[in-house]
Amino acid sequence: MNYNINNKGYYGEFGGAYIPEMLYPNVEELRQNYLKVMAEPSFKKEFDQLLKDYVGRPSPLYFAKRLSEKYKTKIYLKREDLNHTGAHKVNNTIGQILMAQRLGKTRIIAETGAGQHGVATATVCALMGMECIVYMGEIDIARQAPNVARMKMLGAEVRPALSGSRTLKDATNEAIRDWINNPVDTHYIIGSVVGPHPYPDMVARFQAVVSEEIQWQLKEKEGTDKPNYIVACVGGGSNAAGAFYHYLEDTNVKLIAVEAAGKGVNSGESAATSVLGREGIIHGSKTLLMQTNDGQITEPYSISAGLDYPGVGPMHAHLYKSGRAEFISITDDEAMTAGLELSQLEGIIPAIETSHSLAIFDQKKFKENDIVVINLSGRGDKDLQNYIDYFKL
Amino acid sequence: MNRIQSKLQEDKKLLSIYFSAGYPNLNDTVSIIQNLEKSGVDMIEIGLPFSDPLADGPTIQASSTQALENGMTTQILFDQLKDIRNSVSIPLIIMGYFNPMLQYGVEDFCKQCQEIGIDGLIIPDLPVDVFNEQYKTIFDKYGLINVFLITPQTSVERIQFIDSLSNGFIYMVSSASVTGSSSGFGDEQTSYFKRIANMKLKNPQIVGFGISDHKTFKQATQYAKGAIIGSAFIKYLSKHNLDAIEDFILNIKN
Repeated sequence: MNYNINNKGYYGEFGGAYIPEMLYPNVEELRQNYLKVMAEPSFKKEFDQLLKDYVGRPSPLYFAKRLSEKYKTKIYLKREDLNHTGAHKVNNTIGQILMAQRLGKTRIIAETGAGQHGVATATVCALMGMECIVYMGEIDIARQAPNVARMKMLGAEVRPALSGSRTLKDATNEAIRDWINNPVDTHYIIGSVVGPHPYPDMVARFQAVVSEEIQWQLKEKEGTDKPNYIVACVGGGSNAAGAFYHYLEDTNVKLIAVEAAGKGVNSGESAATSVLGREGIIHGSKTLLMQTNDGQITEPYSISAGLDYPGVGPMHAHLYKSGRAEFISITDDEAMTAGLELSQLEGIIPAIETSHSLAIFDQKKFKENDIVVINLSGRGDKDLQNYIDYFKL
Repeated sequence: MNRIQSKLQEDKKLLSIYFSAGYPNLNDTVSIIQNLEKSGVDMIEIGLPFSDPLADGPTIQASSTQALENGMTTQILFDQLKDIRNSVSIPLIIMGYFNPMLQYGVEDFCKQCQEIGIDGLIIPDLPVDVFNEQYKTIFDKYGLINVFLITPQTSVERIQFIDSLSNGFIYMVSSASVTGSSSGFGDEQTSYFKRIANMKLKNPQIVGFGISDHKTFKQATQYAKGAIIGSAFIKYLSKHNLDAIEDFILNIKN
C-alpha cells in the first residue's frame, strides 16, 4: 500500500481540494508550482541555510537515560523544542515564506490557535520584511496573551475571529475568507498538514527534515537508521507528519499517533478525532472530523490548545484507516502527569501537546531492546501558566 | 424541461433571492418562499445552514449560525418543503456546503430534492472535477441542475470547461470577495461583466455577491441574465416582518 500522496492530491481516499471557486486560482497556482520551487537548488540552499543558522538545526536526537530506565526500553527524544521559537512549527513557516517570495506574494496571512504557529509566522515575516496578519479566535486571544504580545512585538497584526466558536477552526475560516478577498498579492501560510491539496503535502515536506535527521542521527548512535517505533502527538498533525515522513513506506518502523482525549474520549469534551470523527470535509480537505449527525462541525476540547482541532490531516486519516499507524488517546490528566515526569527525570519541560506523546507508556508496553523515538515537538514555556494552575505550583 | 431552464428562456432579467433556511425563525421557510413568489421574484435559493460557511461574509454567517441554533437540520428542511409545490411554481434551488449533503448521503439528498420538486443545487465547495467524476450521474438521474461559480480570476479555459459541464446558468461572482462585502460596482466589475458577456457562453450568467438594491441590480443585469441578492435580503429580514418582503422586492425592481 502507498502511504504517501498520489498525483491527484489524495492519501488513499482522503485529501483533495474541496474549495470554493474563488480560491481555485490561488490554490491552483500553488499546486502547479510547489514541487518545482522546492526542487530549485537556490530554494533548497536558502531553506537549508536558514534551518541551520536561524532555526538552529539539526535538532539533537537525545537518548533519555532516566526515562528509558523507568520504562525499560530505549527512548530517544527528537528535540524540536530547541528550535528557534520553541517548536517544530518554524520548519514549515521558513519553507512557506520562501515559497511565498518565489511566487511574488507580498502579504502573508495565517491562522493560529494557541499562538505557536502565529508566532512562527510573525517571526519569518519579520525576517523577510513582509506584511503579516494572523487570525486568532477571540477566545484564544484572551487565554494566550503572551503569544499575542509576541506576535505584536514581531510586527504582526493579530485579528480576532469573531464568528462561530471563536477558536482555531473559526480563525482558519477567517484566514480563508481573507484569501478569497485578496487573491492576488497574498499567501496563506497554513500551520498544519490540513487544508486543500497541496497544503498537506507541502507542509509535510517542509516538516520532513525531522525524520530525515532522525535517520542519520540514529545511525550514528545505534548503527541503524530504523527505530522500532516513532511516536508523535496529532492535532492537525504536522509534527507527526514530519517525524513519520521518511518512514511511511517502511512498515518495519511502527508509527504511533497520540491524540488528545481531553477529559476522556466519551466525556463529550475530547479531541480524539480518530475515535470520535467521521469522514467529511473540513477546510477544503476530505478527512476524519468531529461533527454532528447532520454534518455540522463540532468544537473539540483539550487542555492543550495545539491539539483541539476538530479534524486531522488527510495523511493521518489514511494512516488510521489503513492501520499503518496506531492511534492512542491520552487524557488531560495523563498528559500533565507525563509532562511533570519528563521535567523531573530529564530536566526538560515539554509543551502540553508533547506531554501527550510522553504519556503512552501506561497504555503501550515496549521491549527492552526496542528503540522508541518520541518527537519532542515543543517546549513548555508557553504552557507554564497551565502547569502552574494544574499542579498549584 | 427543468423549471430553471424554462425560466431562463423568459425574455426578462431575472431576480433571484437567497435566504438562510431556519432564519429568522425555524419555521419561516415556507412563508418566506411564498412571499417571495407573490412579490414577483423569479427564482429562490434556499440556504442550507452550515457551521463553517467559508465563502460567506458576516451577514450570512450570522443567519446561518442563528438558523442552526433555532434547530435547523437537513431533514427538517426537507420536511418543511414537503408540500411546497402545492403552492409555489418558480424554480427552487438549494444552496449549501458539501459536508451536510455528504453526511445525509449525496444520492438520498438528491432523491429528496427530486421528490420535493427542487430544481437545482449550488454547492460552492464541491469542485467541478469531483462533481464531474463522482456525482454528475446522480444529479442527472434525479433531474437536478448543478450550478457552478466563476469569479473575475477564473481563467478563460476554465470558464469554457465550466460552461461545457453546465446545463442551467453560471453563477457569476461579481468580485474577489466573500458574500455581502461589496458596495456598488466600479469600472473593474463592468469590464468583467462585459468580458464574460462577450464570450457568448452556451449558459446564461446570473450575477451574485454585492447586489443589494435597485442600482446594483440594474448594473449587474446590464450584461447578465439576472442577479442574486442574499445578504441585503437577510439584513432586511432581521428588521422586518415576513409580510413586508414585498416592499423589499418592489424597491429592487423599482
